Amino acid sequence: MIRAVIVMNTQGKPRLVRFYEFQPPERQKELIRSIYGVLSSRADNVSNFFKTDVIFGEDTRLVYKHLATMYFVFVFDSSENELAMLDLIQVFVETLERCFKNVCELDLVFNFTKLHTILDEIVFAGQVVETSSSEIVKAVEEIARKSLSHSLQL
Amino acid sequence: MAAEGYSAVQTLASYAAGYSPIGSKASPAGGFAPLVDSLFQRSLDDMIKALRTASDAESLIHRLLTEIRREIRSTDSDTKCIALLKLTYLSSLHSLDMSWAAFHAVELLPSPFPAVKRAGYLCASLSFHPSSTDLLPLVTHQLRKDLQSPNTSISSPALHLLAISSSPDLSIHLSNDLLSLFSSSRASSHVRCRSVATSLPVIRLNPDSSTIFLPKLVEALSPSSPLLSAAVSVFCELVSSGNPRPYLHLAPDFHRVLIECRNNWVLIKIIKIFARLILLEPRLTRKLVDPICDLMGRSPAKSLVLECIRIVFSSFPEPETPLKLAVEKVKEFVAADDDPNLRFLGLHTLTLLRPGQSWAVEENREAIVKSLADPDPNIRQEALRLITTMVFENNLVEISAILINYSSKSDPEFSNEILEAILATCSRNFYELVMDFDWYVSLLAEMVRNPHFMKGEEVERQLVDIALRVKEARPELVRVARNLLIDPALLENPLLHRVHSAVAWISGEFIKFSRNPMEILEALLQPRTSFLPSLVRAVYIQAVFKVVTFCFISFMNVGRISDSKSDIDKNTDAASEDGSDEALFKKESLGVKELLTSKSILYMLNLILKELSPLSECDEVEVQERARNVLGFVHTLNEIDWNREEEQLRSDIKVREIVNFMNAVFSEELGPISIHAQKRVPLPEGIELKENLNDLVEILGNHYIAPSPLISFSTRTQNHNEVKQESEPAAESSSLLAEHRKRHGLYYLSTTKDEDGSSDYPRATDLTKSVHSHSMTEDLLMLTAQSSVPRLTKPSKPRPTVVKLDEFDDSPSSSSKHAKEPQRDVLFVNEKPHSDNYTQRLVKETSTASNVDSLSKEKSLLGEGEITSSSSRKEKHNSRGNHYVVPSPLISFSTRTQNHNEVKQESEPAAESSSLLAEHRKRHELYYLSTMKDEDGSSDYPRATDLTKSVHSHSMTEDLLKLTAQSSVPRLTKPSKPRPTVVKLDEFDDSPSSSSKHAKEPQRDVLFVNEKPHSDNYTQRLVKETSTASNVDSLSKEKSLLGEGEITSSSSRKEKHNSRGKERQRSTKKSESKEGKSHRSSTSSSHHRGRHKHKQGREPGDTASNIAPKAPVFEDFLL
Repeated sequence: MIRAVIVMNTQGKPRLVRFYEFQPPERQKELIRSIYGVLSSRADNVSNFFKTDVIFGEDTRLVYKHLATMYFVFVFDSSENELAMLDLIQVFVETLERCFKNVCELDLVFNFTKLHTILDEIVFAGQVVETSSSEIVKAVEEIARKSLSHSLQL
Repeated sequence: MAAEGYSAVQTLASYAAGYSPIGSKASPAGGFAPLVDSLFQRSLDDMIKALRTASDAESLIHRLLTEIRREIRSTDSDTKCIALLKLTYLSSLHSLDMSWAAFHAVELLPSPFPAVKRAGYLCASLSFHPSSTDLLPLVTHQLRKDLQSPNTSISSPALHLLAISSSPDLSIHLSNDLLSLFSSSRASSHVRCRSVATSLPVIRLNPDSSTIFLPKLVEALSPSSPLLSAAVSVFCELVSSGNPRPYLHLAPDFHRVLIECRNNWVLIKIIKIFARLILLEPRLTRKLVDPICDLMGRSPAKSLVLECIRIVFSSFPEPETPLKLAVEKVKEFVAADDDPNLRFLGLHTLTLLRPGQSWAVEENREAIVKSLADPDPNIRQEALRLITTMVFENNLVEISAILINYSSKSDPEFSNEILEAILATCSRNFYELVMDFDWYVSLLAEMVRNPHFMKGEEVERQLVDIALRVKEARPELVRVARNLLIDPALLENPLLHRVHSAVAWISGEFIKFSRNPMEILEALLQPRTSFLPSLVRAVYIQAVFKVVTFCFISFMNVGRISDSKSDIDKNTDAASEDGSDEALFKKESLGVKELLTSKSILYMLNLILKELSPLSECDEVEVQERARNVLGFVHTLNEIDWNREEEQLRSDIKVREIVNFMNAVFSEELGPISIHAQKRVPLPEGIELKENLNDLVEILGNHYIAPSPLISFSTRTQNHNEVKQESEPAAESSSLLAEHRKRHGLYYLSTTKDEDGSSDYPRATDLTKSVHSHSMTEDLLMLTAQSSVPRLTKPSKPRPTVVKLDEFDDSPSSSSKHAKEPQRDVLFVNEKPHSDNYTQRLVKETSTASNVDSLSKEKSLLGEGEITSSSSRKEKHNSRGNHYVVPSPLISFSTRTQNHNEVKQESEPAAESSSLLAEHRKRHELYYLSTMKDEDGSSDYPRATDLTKSVHSHSMTEDLLKLTAQSSVPRLTKPSKPRPTVVKLDEFDDSPSSSSKHAKEPQRDVLFVNEKPHSDNYTQRLVKETSTASNVDSLSKEKSLLGEGEITSSSSRKEKHNSRGKERQRSTKKSESKEGKSHRSSTSSSHHRGRHKHKQGREPGDTASNIAPKAPVFEDFLL
């Protein structure tokens, strides 16, 4: 399963943090810091994987993608395929692109709840539930519409 | 106030722009205060902006938190919602604790507004956990309601909360609701998928609930089901994180999906499931070969191909076709120049191959070697790992050369990783790959010269380890050590200091192999040694001591070779132990002796005086002490009239004495000792470790000498009378030697390698003359320990012997693979410890444990030799035990002062040693018995004491203890299997059950114990003890429980030494037989428990198979 999804900028500031196994906030901070420590030491022309046994425990690994000022990081265990996870990052980024039109870091900064909504449409409790970005966009829009219709505004 | 105003304006502005995701403040506020709260509340965006512009984020967060705490108590749900979102944001991205707000999140869940409700769920799913939130029961009802909601935007967050924050209770309560969602016609497939995914955590929390979920999940395994993907994911998790067996019968269903499904995500998961199941049921391979090969051949998706390669590499044992195809595919990965990800994964999958398939790795060898220079550290590491798996005896040299070459080109970090890999590979399992130690030693030296070299510690360990274990490598080691020692440039590099320590020790210890000791001496004393840390320097000085001693003795022995040989034979065992070694020594030293003249010796002495004199005032005690030690010896030698004819010089009696004495000091070899030896030395009863020893000052009276180095120095100069001259350095040297060896021993122990206890205090001191000084008593210590280090020889390999002692760490089964020759141990211990101001004691102990030759044909358990020799070592262990347990400087210092000018081989330990010995032995016996292992009791109590004489001095009694124990080590033979001996000194950690598996033949014990222990200051006691444990021939046909041999032998032994010992002995004896039984019963009961547990563990599975009894179907499927 997927253990965590983290989006952070190249300075190590987290923009989206989702752990699918409960971690207390302090521990989250520590994990993010250790991940950033490894990420920032890696050149651009190297592979996108590394083992995180030291950080997350046995049998875990991490795949990341460096896009513009952001790192998109998925942490997972041996029941996921590395290349599939790399594709999933692509799906996530594509969806963001569709939802925000020319997504940039600021969009991620100011759309805390929406980011979570999008991510929850892709990964549910550590399982991948949807991999088509158009379906995801549809679902996200549907949620926004329904929320509007019932409450005064969203 | 200003800030508030600002934020209010901001808030309003942002609402005007419609920027905020959360609604405006138009809710029907019930009063003015909430309205003000709402109006002036910062929105989430305001807060984010404020955080971005804040110079002092810490204090801002603190202010924000105060605001949030106020707002969150608002009765207005929008205000509360925004406050909670802000808090969630801070918690998620700024790691603030929000567990205190759990109740407020729960409050939001029943809200009629989806946005508010979703905010509540978001907050709850990010922060709730049964371990930190006790409010979960409160949400049960609300969750149930929301699960049924037709609105997806409500039901999926509810499911999410259930999936990631649920407690076992909650999941039990809601499992039926969840189940109904699976097939609900009202729910969208969107929600149904999520409900399937939610079943995974629910099943994990309540294994029992799998009975209700599994049938539905199996139903979803149809290729047309919309729930297929979710169900397969759930099965993949269940199979890979728990026991896969209960799902084995689902193989036909999985197989159908594999054949029919075209979704790569699903196929990947299915293959992962099969990778687990195939381990349980290898016959599945046949069913899988075709579909997997098909997928591998035609799928354009690399991820799927990767998964196929993985299952082939890791789980397909037999058929060649898929393996060949997979190797083809993996080549594409490895050769993907433009994609480091594929290269990395390709190399990584290659590491899954089993040793028998290493040809597949070999095929990619070129690419792998090339990858060593890849810019990606991951790829380099994988390549390195792969290369070390390709190493065999025949290509070790070649591959090491490649690696060394790459390490010199790599960046420092990876360079050291390579070196580490080489070191680890070569030293694996006692250097089993290394055929040519001369080559390996030069390789080590080459590594040291690598500019990035940082593995000093490991190289130090291995150099010393090889020196101790592989006799044949010593000449080359000395040569290599010389080169490293002599190079002044290397001394500047602090990373090499550990290596310097090793080479200095080797040069000193094996100086006899050196062609030019003079050169070594100069290297050891070169001015740049001041770069070295004090501990390494101390090793250097000790090496100087050994070198000068060797040169002196060699010089004096020229022309007296036959003499010296007999001297050596008399005094040392190490030298006579190995004939070839001796011969080599003779040959080498002949050349050396030509070089040595009285002039050169004098030059040496002067050089030492010049270089070491400043160090005698050094602040570091280690350095200072050793420097003085050497200087003391040099002074002694300077007393000799060197101007005489050489012949005259050599025949001088005094000179001969020095020669003989010094000969004994360093002549015994250091050997390995078991790492566990120390543990086995019990803390002796009655020894006061914590007691303040200030009283000793009074007892010592006027002999008390302050321990300060300065004073001791002056004492020494004061005592420059002849006798003193001679005795002192020697006396000190032997105790220093003990220190040194102890230290070394410690160090070896810490490296987790084994060592030989006998060399810990190897002393062969010869009392040549009584030394009186002031009214002191005369001390005499004579100890000769002869122990043959057991050899392990591998048949058929012409390879130097590597001494391994620690086999008992291995499981008996693994060690049983080594064939071993039976060994003969001759053990001769002659000990005369002595010293106290008021007593004169002579303890002579001779214990000879010889193996009976008639037994030598029997297959004996590994390491029996050590048992025997260890018994002789007990004495030493004991005294060492004292030393180790008394590390406090106070105590050791008082001992020292007491012993200041005597041949003070730890008088206290010596005095106590006999009683300690008894304790120790008792303890040992207990231990042997309790482990139910086979051990040789007789070697534990080998005593045959003979009171020969009583000595009186100063109205004191003199104690004499002579112990002679002759015991034949019983052999344990196993009927049919040629199993080597295993020393099981450390087996007590093992469960008795394991040992009881070995069938065992009864043993013969010949035990002759004759003991006359004795010692007290004012009494003279004679205890004669004879106990004979006769052979238990009558038992020989019976199948006896393991360890019975010891029971008999130990029980037949009588301990008259002290009544307590006797009692104890008896009780052991009694408990022994009981224990035997209780062990058996406990073993069986533990088996029971184990099985029971196992059953429990499998329960969900069992029940699963009950629901879907598909076993016959599965069998058909396999056929």
